[in-house]
Amino acid sequence: MLQEIGVSSIDELFSTIPKSVRKENGFSLSSHKGELEVERLISGYAQKNHTAHDGPFFLGAGCYFRHVPCAVDAIIQRSEYLTAYTPYQPEIAQGTLQVIFEFQTFIAQLTGQEVANASLYDGATATAEAVLMALRVTKRNRVALAAPLHPHYLGTLQTYLPKDCLFEGKPDSDTACIVLPSPSFFGETQDYTYWKKVCNETGALLVVVISDLLTLGLLPPPDVADIVCGEAQGIGLSMSFGGPHLGFFACQEKYLRQMPGRLCGMSEDVEGRRSFVLTLSTREQHIRREKATSNICTNQGLCALAFSVHMALLGEDGFKSLARLNHEAACRTADALVAIAGVTVETKQYFNEFIAKLPCNDAKDVVTKLAKKKIIAGFPLDGGRLLVAATEMTKDEDIVALVTALKEVL
Amino acid sequence: MKFTKDHEIVSIENGVALVGITSYAVKELGDLVYIELPEVGKKLKKQEVLAVVESVKAAAEVYAPLSGEVVEINSNLSSDIEQLKQPLDNGGWIAKLRLSDDKELAALLDQAAYDDFLKGLS
Amino acid sequence: MKALQYEEKLLWEKERSDTPGVDLPKPKFSPLRTGFQAREAIGLPQLSEPEVIRHFVRMSTWNYSIDHGLFPLGSCTMKHNPRLNEKLARLAGFSQIHPLQPQESVQGALALMYELRSILSDLTGLPGVALSPAAGAHGELAGLMTIRCAHVAKGEGEKRRVMLIPDSAHGTNPATAAMCGYQVRVIPTTETGRLTLAAFEAALGDGSDVAGMMVTNPNTCGLFETEICEISDLLHKAGGYFYCDGANFNALVGRIKPVDFGVDVLHLNLHKTFSTPHGGGGPGSGPICVSGALEPFLPAPIVVKEGANFRLLDCSDRPATCGRLKGFHGQFGMHVRALAYILSHGIDGLRAVSDKAVLNANYILAKLRNDYFVPFNGYCMHECLLTDRLQKENDVQTIDIAKALIEYSFHPMTVYFPAIRPGTMLIEPTETETKQSLDRFIEAMKAIALAAKDPEKRQALHEMPLSSPRRRIDEVKAAKFPVLRYWARLPNPNVFKNSIN
Repeated sequence: MLQEIGVSSIDELFSTIPKSVRKENGFSLSSHKGELEVERLISGYAQKNHTAHDGPFFLGAGCYFRHVPCAVDAIIQRSEYLTAYTPYQPEIAQGTLQVIFEFQTFIAQLTGQEVANASLYDGATATAEAVLMALRVTKRNRVALAAPLHPHYLGTLQTYLPKDCLFEGKPDSDTACIVLPSPSFFGETQDYTYWKKVCNETGALLVVVISDLLTLGLLPPPDVADIVCGEAQGIGLSMSFGGPHLGFFACQEKYLRQMPGRLCGMSEDVEGRRSFVLTLSTREQHIRREKATSNICTNQGLCALAFSVHMALLGEDGFKSLARLNHEAACRTADALVAIAGVTVETKQYFNEFIAKLPCNDAKDVVTKLAKKKIIAGFPLDGGRLLVAATEMTKDEDIVALVTALKEVL
Repeated sequence: MKFTKDHEIVSIENGVALVGITSYAVKELGDLVYIELPEVGKKLKKQEVLAVVESVKAAAEVYAPLSGEVVEINSNLSSDIEQLKQPLDNGGWIAKLRLSDDKELAALLDQAAYDDFLKGLS
Repeated sequence: MKALQYEEKLLWEKERSDTPGVDLPKPKFSPLRTGFQAREAIGLPQLSEPEVIRHFVRMSTWNYSIDHGLFPLGSCTMKHNPRLNEKLARLAGFSQIHPLQPQESVQGALALMYELRSILSDLTGLPGVALSPAAGAHGELAGLMTIRCAHVAKGEGEKRRVMLIPDSAHGTNPATAAMCGYQVRVIPTTETGRLTLAAFEAALGDGSDVAGMMVTNPNTCGLFETEICEISDLLHKAGGYFYCDGANFNALVGRIKPVDFGVDVLHLNLHKTFSTPHGGGGPGSGPICVSGALEPFLPAPIVVKEGANFRLLDCSDRPATCGRLKGFHGQFGMHVRALAYILSHGIDGLRAVSDKAVLNANYILAKLRNDYFVPFNGYCMHECLLTDRLQKENDVQTIDIAKALIEYSFHPMTVYFPAIRPGTMLIEPTETETKQSLDRFIEAMKAIALAAKDPEKRQALHEMPLSSPRRRIDEVKAAKFPVLRYWARLPNPNVFKNSIN
């Protein structure tokens, strides 16, 4: 090959690089390790973590421990899905494209909206994109927060938005949108209709943020919203220490051209056969460049596939049952907790997550002590409050163990 | 008819300019898909973005050839983008601008100058 | 349908099953505490497990993938995705842990992240690392926000509003700059396809309004920026920072440290250089590496080592941070895969990667330079650039060449990018390809070039592909009458009335 190119060594091919850059560097990285050794080393890291299977597990806060049927993994490990690229050549990517089209349909149906995109990185960035879109569409400058938002979503918004853009309070004529997390970060379910009325008074858009899409198997859909976005990790994806997850984004059709992210549409090929293709790309960065609606390039392709496979396996009945199982597990957990002297449940209406007020000031200390007993009790908040989640994975023995351990520690 | 180097075409009468894009620009864009029209009442300086025309592969800005206020837009284009291929005064116009600065007229190209400009591009 | 060539309808068009494909426990239907009535009909499909599996398996047969063959997409680095990565990412100790568990309970995960950030720091020569960005474009955003924060801290935030970007840059670069509130000033690239000091100086002006420049090196034409050291020196003197888009790191990995050509911030694509799978469009992972001066401004969280323990530092621990850019800590599943890849290769293996990637691209360039127009002379790096200038004389264009490649069982190369020349084709074979694989591709490209010259064969090129699951698709219809989801009744039935389903 070198001969065909006309050089005597590979080094010659790097000769255009200035000498000052071509140092013979000391890299610290060791030389290659065989497959057995790499497995041993990395498994070693895995063994040092306490997993959700290792003991009672009550942590949610935007990332949920759920059962994912084996068929999901069997599908996403297929070469044709795993090692395929973004479907820019639709003639040989109809698999990926039809998957995206089905994903968009699922999201639109679940959220009660007209259109949905091919997914975004996660719930926090989806919320940021939703707010940026509301600012673009209304040409206003401020954003009102209607209920407590996940601290990471809030942090992300604060990074993406100009200073002083976000506020809590009544919207006015300069408010682009109201951000309504439902349920709130503290688990409280929300009344979209009420907030839509508030929005209508000043012409602000209603952005509903859903940090666990399974909630829409039991709660009513936010079809009055202008934009619905959030996190779908709870269906089809393991927790994986926080990533990769699955942001979703849906809105009314009138905002279609202002939407960020990829869109897959229906069309026909030259033989008149129904086909799918990425469309409305003129919104996107590779064409509009600095005028793009966002800089987003990837969607979370394989994660969207995992979600769709899980949804297809659940079906309408299974999806609603799964939602109910989660709610019932939370109700049983709440009932067991309030039986402990001094413990109250602050959240009045919840899906699968609620605030337990403990008779102490330091919930973090309680969580640490319980972790030493191999119980992951929930997410600690100020003032002795604990955000507790339950799912279909929560067993009755787990609840008993949690109550017993709390009694010992409090 | 007057022209700009950004392929806008203008016809002026009584201080109001009818603005569109030239057939060269329409051909370059390829298959037309959508147009983002300005709002009536919008005030623009010369060279600011008046509208955006989308084809499948590209989104092209249409710049205001002269400073003025948008007094009318061709809403037909929203439901039938193909009209953009028609002559300027017969359906192919994008917006009408009430001009604010007569001095800017001198900078526009006439047909001959625009044709020469096109020859230089190829 | 015939002989392993399947048609497959949408889930909503298939026969409904009475029972779900997952056997769940029965809910008790106890009274709800949600405050609302239970959700009514959603309209979701319902299928058994075998029907679901058949559905997705049939659809998968319509996709080309790296596991099928050469995938020469320039700037995408479509290298083999090792399956060891997949096994390790699925270990329960990684997949079944929650990001907000007490940090003492996830020291293994934090240690893994720390090892990864240390290696990325070593490979780039840049001491600060944030693993949180979710993809390349996200890394670009992280990088620019870090730069912006640094300028603000020096009281120069308002002054420095301009980002210098070459005209050959990938569209994410100016889009990201605009998202950060920067005004883009374009640096024209010359006849040589490279940045020149002269063009840079002209764009820089006195530099007092310049926050930095975003440069891809090797650039999007597959060439190393030979004047980059002088350019970055000048930029630094003017008070700007050098953001390097690391999409093309496959040409440099294990051989060249970006810090040595003046880089202050670099994003890496774990899904390109470090083999994490593309998954049909994601998930990716785009960590950034920064100089010591910029380290305090990195997005949060970052992972640090304190004695024998590892800790995640969030915004409250990092007062100068530009902030949080997403939920939790980053695409941990991709961190595991990338580390497995890196340890399996080691420094010797990674250097062999860049060697072979550059060799393979130059081999293709050498073999095709008489059949296709090569706009820039000299050796290329890990990707080579051709155009359709010769074929255009016979009315055959890049799009036809690309679609003809599909008929030859290849995924096309990147087309019409970079846009600084008409009809570009950017070819990146990666180190994965054998000589035999490259030769097959070269043969196909030569055959297409020959067909373009032949008046009898060239019409066929406009019709290609012929044998793929779908042929050329009407993108105008898709954009004019967007149908983005299944409807029981189509909103625009006349538009699609001739569709054969």
